[in-house]
Amino acid sequence: MQSVSNAQSVEVKKQPTKVRKKSKRRNKTPFGGWKENVAGYLFIAPMFIGTSVLVLFPIISSLVLSFTNWNFVSGFEGASFVGIENFKKLFTTNLFHKALINNFILLLAVPVTLIISLALAVIINKHVYLKDLFKVIYFMPFISSVVAVAVVFQVLFHPSKGPINQLLMSLGVENPPGWIADISFSLPSVMLIMIWTGIGFNLIIYLAGLQNIPKELYEAAQMDGASSWYQFTKITVPLVSPTTFLLLITGVISSFKVFDLIIVLTNGGPANSTLTPVVYLYQQAFLELKTGYASAISLVLFILILIITYIQFIVQKKWVNY
Amino acid sequence: MTTTKGIDIKKLVVTIIMAIIGVIFLMPFIWMISASFKVETDVLTYPIQWIPETWNAVENYKGVWTGTMPFLLLYWNSIKVTVLTTITSVTVSSLAAYGFAKINFRGSNFLFLIILATFMIPPQTLLVTQFLLFRWLGLYDTHMGLILLNSFSVFGTFMLRQFYLGISNELIESARMDGAGHFRIFASIALPLVRPAIATYAILRFIWTWNDFQNPLIFLRSKELYTIQLGVQSFADQHGSIYSLMMAASVSAIIPLLIIFIIGQKHVIEGIQLGGVKG
Repeated sequence: MQSVSNAQSVEVKKQPTKVRKKSKRRNKTPFGGWKENVAGYLFIAPMFIGTSVLVLFPIISSLVLSFTNWNFVSGFEGASFVGIENFKKLFTTNLFHKALINNFILLLAVPVTLIISLALAVIINKHVYLKDLFKVIYFMPFISSVVAVAVVFQVLFHPSKGPINQLLMSLGVENPPGWIADISFSLPSVMLIMIWTGIGFNLIIYLAGLQNIPKELYEAAQMDGASSWYQFTKITVPLVSPTTFLLLITGVISSFKVFDLIIVLTNGGPANSTLTPVVYLYQQAFLELKTGYASAISLVLFILILIITYIQFIVQKKWVNY
Repeated sequence: MTTTKGIDIKKLVVTIIMAIIGVIFLMPFIWMISASFKVETDVLTYPIQWIPETWNAVENYKGVWTGTMPFLLLYWNSIKVTVLTTITSVTVSSLAAYGFAKINFRGSNFLFLIILATFMIPPQTLLVTQFLLFRWLGLYDTHMGLILLNSFSVFGTFMLRQFYLGISNELIESARMDGAGHFRIFASIALPLVRPAIATYAILRFIWTWNDFQNPLIFLRSKELYTIQLGVQSFADQHGSIYSLMMAASVSAIIPLLIIFIIGQKHVIEGIQLGGVKG
């Protein structure tokens, strides 16, 4: 992982220590044994217990719940075992198919974000003054509240009165798109905002990756008279491929997590054109109160992401340079 | 390259072009702030008045802060939840991070792997069972529940572990020779050494918790417990047609973040690079 290699650059202040070189130790540390074990468990206990209760336990209980037909309002007596009924229903429901397809379309935003971010990172890394200022500017959308951003874009994207379409009309576009009100433009609108907010994060990680490329490579290339474009495609792109891989994985995972933006911006509409599996899950669980069915969605989603991540790890061997 | 008096012309041109792109990039924010100062009828006039002709800032912000959805209360709730979450999360993560980095105990690698693996799970897939669990435990519709939800961070543990790994083992071992226990070493040697990292993680956790919308949406019901993000959304539902007020609400939700980010931006950016991932 990118971040691991960065760890070496962490400076730890040299403490004026009275480190006494103690007797040489072999493989066996003098501090092993049960005391060390107990100390270790105590230190990680809060984290581990929290994770177990809030993550591991829910995953396992989702598995159980997904085979039941239950709405939590009716109490445990209301639960009945229905086998794979929920899954059957899920795979034959058009809405779920639609949501999945939408999510796969959303994935297109990931490579676009990567390309823009890498280009900006290369420019900011070498070719501008005020580097730090630019980092802050592009980082701003990433730290801003998604809800506030969604509210702002709701107005900016207004089909007739919104500033974006007014600008387009004054530029001579006769029928500007209806953006989030238009079935065929709502998903691209969501993607546009995803790209806008995602650039900052990707850019910052790319900048770290660029710093790890040895300068001598570029110097040598320059001696040989290689053009900037040649240097970019033959040195920069291959050498940041581990970073690209990390960002691809986190990007894909986070595109399956997009929730706030869609709920506030479109609520899945119009006509389910921005419905994603997590929004569908939310609707089924908390508005329709179908606990068992929603658990089945959770499980399918979980497995889907595991599969996608696994595939990415297999395919990476073909294009990532370590 | 043409160089005059140490200034690289090419670089300067690129900087100016990038500055223009940067301004376009920040346009939504600039528009939001400007709209929050305007009278309603001027918000959507075209061409856009970047500097309002008629100022209505005081009235707009007053309307938001003391109106039907009083932002004063929302702020208080958000600050409470965010600060307590940050404190708990930093404590939990740095304990675990020290444990994984500096204590040799059985199964540490395996347990660390389990914790790292949970990062891949989209939080939404956990919502249903977490919701049931919280109702059963009596944590539903409480701030306590919200605080717990964001307190166990894989990101925090992973990031702080990187820093603890950077502390020399000899330092720890010599302290052990002198008879100090791990807790003592943690509190008086390790923790002070990683203070910058703790600050970084605290800022990030603050920002993410402040921005959390999904958990309050699901785990809060009472209006008087609402956090700022939930407030902005229900404000938009109620006043969806009064854009100047909506923009004032949005600005109010973002301002504390901007302040914290601008103060700590170096920390934030380094932290993101080090942790590598959000979570």
